[in-house]
Amino acid sequence: MDKGKHQTGRFSTSPRHTGTLPAFTLPRRTFLQVLGSGILITVTDPLALTQLAGATLPVAARIHLNEDGTITAMSGKVEEGQGPRAELSQAAAEELRVPVSQVRLIMADTDVVPDDGITAGSRTTPRNVPEMRQAAATARELLTQLAAAQWKIDVRTLEVSDGRIRNPANGQVMTYVDLAKSKDLAKRFAENTQSDVAVAPVAEWKVLGQSVRRPNSRDLVTGGHRFPSDIVRPDMLYGMVLRAPSYGTTLASIDLSAAEAMEDVVVVRDGQFVGFAAPSTHWAEQALEAAAKTASWRTEPQPVSNSTLHAHLKEHANTERARTDVKGSVERGFSEGNQVVSATYTLAYIQHAPMEPRAAVAEWSGEKLTVWAGCDNPFRARRTLAEEFSIDTEQVRVIIPDMGGGFGGKHTVEAGLEAARMAKRAGRPVWVRWTREEEFTWAYFRPAAVIECKGGLRTDGSLTAWEFTNINAGGSAIETPYEIPNTRIASVSSDSPLRQGSYRCLGATGNNFARESFMDELATAAGSNPLDFRMAHLKNERLRVVLKAATDRFDWSERRKHITPELGVGLACGTEKNSVVAACVSVEINRNRGKIRVLEVCEAFECGPILNPGNLTSQVQGCIIMGLGGALTEEIQFENGKILNPGFSRYRVPRFKDVPKIDVHLINNPDIPAAGAGETPIIAVAPAIGNAIFAATGAHIRSMPIRGDLLKKS
Amino acid sequence: MDVTVRLNVNGVDKTITTDPQRKLLDVIREEFRLTGTKYGCGEGQCGACLVLVNGEPLRSCLSPITVADGKSIMTIEGLARGDSLHAVQEAFLEEEAMQCGYCTSGMILSAVALLRENPNPTDEEIAAGMNGHICRCNGYVKVMNAIRHAANTLRSESHG
Repeated sequence: MDKGKHQTGRFSTSPRHTGTLPAFTLPRRTFLQVLGSGILITVTDPLALTQLAGATLPVAARIHLNEDGTITAMSGKVEEGQGPRAELSQAAAEELRVPVSQVRLIMADTDVVPDDGITAGSRTTPRNVPEMRQAAATARELLTQLAAAQWKIDVRTLEVSDGRIRNPANGQVMTYVDLAKSKDLAKRFAENTQSDVAVAPVAEWKVLGQSVRRPNSRDLVTGGHRFPSDIVRPDMLYGMVLRAPSYGTTLASIDLSAAEAMEDVVVVRDGQFVGFAAPSTHWAEQALEAAAKTASWRTEPQPVSNSTLHAHLKEHANTERARTDVKGSVERGFSEGNQVVSATYTLAYIQHAPMEPRAAVAEWSGEKLTVWAGCDNPFRARRTLAEEFSIDTEQVRVIIPDMGGGFGGKHTVEAGLEAARMAKRAGRPVWVRWTREEEFTWAYFRPAAVIECKGGLRTDGSLTAWEFTNINAGGSAIETPYEIPNTRIASVSSDSPLRQGSYRCLGATGNNFARESFMDELATAAGSNPLDFRMAHLKNERLRVVLKAATDRFDWSERRKHITPELGVGLACGTEKNSVVAACVSVEINRNRGKIRVLEVCEAFECGPILNPGNLTSQVQGCIIMGLGGALTEEIQFENGKILNPGFSRYRVPRFKDVPKIDVHLINNPDIPAAGAGETPIIAVAPAIGNAIFAATGAHIRSMPIRGDLLKKS
Repeated sequence: MDVTVRLNVNGVDKTITTDPQRKLLDVIREEFRLTGTKYGCGEGQCGACLVLVNGEPLRSCLSPITVADGKSIMTIEGLARGDSLHAVQEAFLEEEAMQCGYCTSGMILSAVALLRENPNPTDEEIAAGMNGHICRCNGYVKVMNAIRHAANTLRSESHG
């Protein structure tokens, strides 16, 4: 939300004409298929749409008025369960002044929607919601201008509500349906980019700010929704791919004759790629197994295992190319203090393990390729596919049906590439869905890390210096929110033995764990307590507010007095992606069995004005419970390049019985722009748990996952 | 050697001749084109593939098609009566008990079976009964709310 846009009247300025920009167009055939009746625009250049972005987009790229008065809105974003479908529909409905049920949102179809980039980094709320609102507000303005022109009166005298334009002077009404058939309107939508017409101020929101349910949720309870792995095309084959037995292994030879002799099986060999497509997954698997047992593999030694991982990362830290941010002089700071404390924290590789593994269907029609895939980066996927098959980008259409989870783990389109390779050879559409074991082995992991912390304290308990180095997990939330005069903060890359990539809040999970755990160690060294010590170093008002809210609701100060070796309470806070979070937890510790159980989590979260309280609550609850996994149980084990726990039986994720009592406190802050909320609520969970265990037992908790077995009484 | 299996799926009689080792999940999805039943793990750990066989929950990813011979299978597509949703489906909608929704089919069918066995479960009993289902969006709190909600609806229906 941009505050500056709230103040002026409803019709402040005219939409800007696109001028010399190419006339905006959509491929007509596709458009008719997708939208049915409505505004139609002739085809001249299908690429015009995707070469434009943001404010340079014509209104028609985002908003279509259908002849029945319903509205089609378009976004390049992907729905993977975190709520953009509801949020973007709300954004369009709010500014068009229609009920949200009148908006149908098309997402992530590269032939139809604008390129809104990757769905990641909590960017949909701060960037794409405002863009949708501005486009919808402009559309409303164009509609109103058209009505004014027909009535030959001043546009500023008209009122718009519920999809109706009204002349208050005579009570005359024109509906969007009346205007939908106007050829003039189609032209105006196509020729005008979004204007800076005012959007609705927070205080006047009717649709935004409400708990709007995900628009296609009924299809999710009836089994009617088609996830990427549910796509079926006529004559489709099911594909499986031969995988190497471990990292660092390449295929030396394979005898494909048995598989090739199987009825209806298409075998594709292309260098290291060997795929099998058949009329059923079962038959494809039989073909794969027949071939796999003849394979011989060339193996490069893979000396790093999860037990030597952190030493390896440290040894290979690329310190010469560290990204370092220095304030003041830490050397001076440490010498000014009377106490120096240091600690090293470690982070394991973990998997996103979305419920739906990577999946895609690929279909060739001549040189034109269509791929339905579970991937959060549709336009990048399109470029990747075009490059792979040496065809023009506009020959590739990528469609991302609302998919079964991602959490930063589906930036890439492997299954789409594999399906397209097999489909090209088979001359038929091919489906690929990774097995859970493939997903646990060959998808990328959240980076493991070594994080080194050093702090200097004065006798008065204030921090004089702060040194913080993250090896391998990146710089997300690496800056300290605390006021410390001398800091040196560095993010250092290293040599990752496994494939690694993004995650929910990425490096922030590790950086905040290390920082917040270390803050408790420092508070103890300073003779203070975790809350007072933080508050004494905290000026960030938003962070202070959530920290106070969480500790008040949890009754933290009182409950801290009743800590026993079996029952700890702890807190942590943090900020990232322009939102703030604080959590208090209570934890039961069974030192005889080495077991830790989280009993309660009270979390306060603020991300600006709340767009959809129901969905925001889901995101915060989901982050809290997902955070329990990374804190307590999730860890990829590997040796000799082989993943040792590639399944839910050996890689423990949170389940119903692990769910603690959860109290989510959402703080609405209407005075700033809205920030995303799908990530930051995860970052306070692990350190709060570690701090509760530290408070109860005195044991320093310095790893994620926290090793309960190390607390065991010997 | 293929076998012929006769079964009833969502009230419709079906006959399938296929490899006896083929999984019930794959037949439901690939032959009957009922894609509401999901693959999640292939080792009976996550419950995404759960269907009701003669009313009893079964993980279809581990079960060869032959276990369904002569049986009645209910998948998520067979739960609603026309446009009228089952109370558990309604409750999942009302409580917004899904994020990505991929685990939802199995969860709903499991909850239907759970509430048939135990119409008035405690929270502990719900958690124990649902513990074989994984939701990676970690929407467990709202799923618990939905099952409580459905239990209330079903009890008031049976008393009404």
